[in-house]
Amino acid sequence: MTLLEIKNLKKYFPGSRGVVHAVDDVTMSINEGETMGVVGESGCGKSTLGRTVIHLQPATDGNVIFEGKDITNPTKQEMKELRQKMQIIFQDPYSSLNPRMTVGDTIREPLLLNGRCTKETVDDECERLMDLVGIALRLKDSYPHELDGGRRQRVGIARALALNPKFIVCDEPVSAMDVSIQAQILNLLMDLQESQNLAYMFITHNMAVVRHISKNISVMYLGQLVETSPTDELFETPLHPYTQALLSAIPTTDILHPKKRIVLKGEITSPIDPEPGCRFADRCMYATEACRQPQKLEELLPGHFVSCCRAKELNHL
Amino acid sequence: MNSEKAFLNIEDLVVEYVSGGKTVHAVNGVTFDLEKGKTLGLVGETGAGKTTIAKAILRLLPEPQATVKNGRIMLDGDDLLTFPETKMRNVRGNVVTMVFQDPMTALNPIMKVGDQIAEVIKKHQKLENKTSRELAQEMLEMVGIPSARYDEYPHQFSGGMKQRVVIAMALACNPQLLLADEPTTALDVTIQAQVLDMMEDLKNKYNTAMILITHDLGVVGRMCDDVAVIYAGEVLEYGTRKEIFLNPCHPYTIGLFGAIPDLSVSTRRLANIEGLPPDPTNLPEGCCFSPRCSYATDECRKNKPSLQKINDDHLCRCPLAEQIRSGKNGGEV
Repeated sequence: MTLLEIKNLKKYFPGSRGVVHAVDDVTMSINEGETMGVVGESGCGKSTLGRTVIHLQPATDGNVIFEGKDITNPTKQEMKELRQKMQIIFQDPYSSLNPRMTVGDTIREPLLLNGRCTKETVDDECERLMDLVGIALRLKDSYPHELDGGRRQRVGIARALALNPKFIVCDEPVSAMDVSIQAQILNLLMDLQESQNLAYMFITHNMAVVRHISKNISVMYLGQLVETSPTDELFETPLHPYTQALLSAIPTTDILHPKKRIVLKGEITSPIDPEPGCRFADRCMYATEACRQPQKLEELLPGHFVSCCRAKELNHL
Repeated sequence: MNSEKAFLNIEDLVVEYVSGGKTVHAVNGVTFDLEKGKTLGLVGETGAGKTTIAKAILRLLPEPQATVKNGRIMLDGDDLLTFPETKMRNVRGNVVTMVFQDPMTALNPIMKVGDQIAEVIKKHQKLENKTSRELAQEMLEMVGIPSARYDEYPHQFSGGMKQRVVIAMALACNPQLLLADEPTTALDVTIQAQVLDMMEDLKNKYNTAMILITHDLGVVGRMCDDVAVIYAGEVLEYGTRKEIFLNPCHPYTIGLFGAIPDLSVSTRRLANIEGLPPDPTNLPEGCCFSPRCSYATDECRKNKPSLQKINDDHLCRCPLAEQIRSGKNGGEV
């Protein structure tokens, strides 16, 4: 069942040198209890998308529909209710926790603010949450600086779970961690998804992580959505030239079967007042005149949408 | 893996820091060697001591906090640790150079990009301004930046281009040994692919020996001939790329491979390594990995195992390696 629909969402930031088109006409939908991975390189607008969807900042244009209700411009009261249902886990567990609040205080705060618990019941609920995310109860009175990155991220997760949300934006939650700790947190997020029926928007630049955790994946390039597809299909038959290059560029540990690499020329262009048309065209080896016109998202295979006028012909569909 | 022909030979290197009255055991008896034209990957998690090893080779450790307690760093037959500072300055930049992780902070923000490369050439090769400018322009072209951008400043360059400038600086005097400390970690994958390709071409062209420090096993699989797995300042496993990737023997190495989500197979659960790396001011008595190792015996916890030979191309610091390997199913550690 569809939980969240994003329709032609735009987020522009006016600046002194022009308008930054951070998110430009993104459309996707996320089902209950499922994970949508959002991937792309730095500056492609994936974090801005996540923050706009849960209304940490207002959208410039477009709609966000949550549980069938348009929440693009909520009132204060609606916002308070939405916060219980939509939460976020930030990338950097070092700067997203208040250094002067103990682990217990951090988790108790949303419970009390939202009236989910009274002063009498809040301790039990806090302990239940700590248990759920695997933080030892003895750490309740510790401060963030006393914890390592993995434990801090667990505190961030417990705080996000406190109000029993249905949807969580995970913004690069494991990027700052070493692989052995990263695996612990990914396993935790997947266990929680199963037990709490959570939907995630999982934002990352790490393709291996996203494949592991997502049901569907959306690929972004410079604010535009270039491709969205079920996970396995995206890895087996990527249709957009950018996705193909991106996947081929990832170094794998499978040294017996080295991949054929598509090495792109040039650098990512600027998102300030961009030209209409495909933003990838300057680096794309298949670019033609038609690519300079605005592209539209087309369903080329069932559930597999691509925003490229040449994708059909290039992939012999 | 063959010390007779080796160009660089590090023997039993021990480095300690003093911090807040405590002794940090950063590097504890590291031994490896490297031939010309080959690449050695140093793999390990944050704080394993990888960067300290590189800084020790260049003698760039902060003084007086850090001291080399033991060991030899033989480069082409000379022990770098015995060199006086004046002689060492000749080695840095000329013979051994380093590419640092963060290209954003490695460049001088108020100096033209081209001049920063020319400065290296001028200092080391005693050339005139004009020739060093020409050489610097050549270096820029070589790393794929138009020489017309010589007079621009670092803030006008993207991250990938800055890293190329740093690499151009490192290669400007045709060094014989290049230490690359996480050279592509700050870059996006498509840019990373461009930079790695370029580094490989340049290495082959000049027959440079390279030490590549990284935590990304994918990059190691692509670039390295030999691999040393570093944990808590020790080499836990050392061998050719083929041996380490296809036949890992140490429980830590096996765990590392299991913890990486693999692109080629979709598994539901990752095999994580429970616990955390040890506190370097208070290392465990026996094997440094024993507190996190599910195979650990009392013997492991009491006595430090030595590096044992698995075969000619493979060393492993685990007494149970043979056993684990024969019973291994690639799963939980």
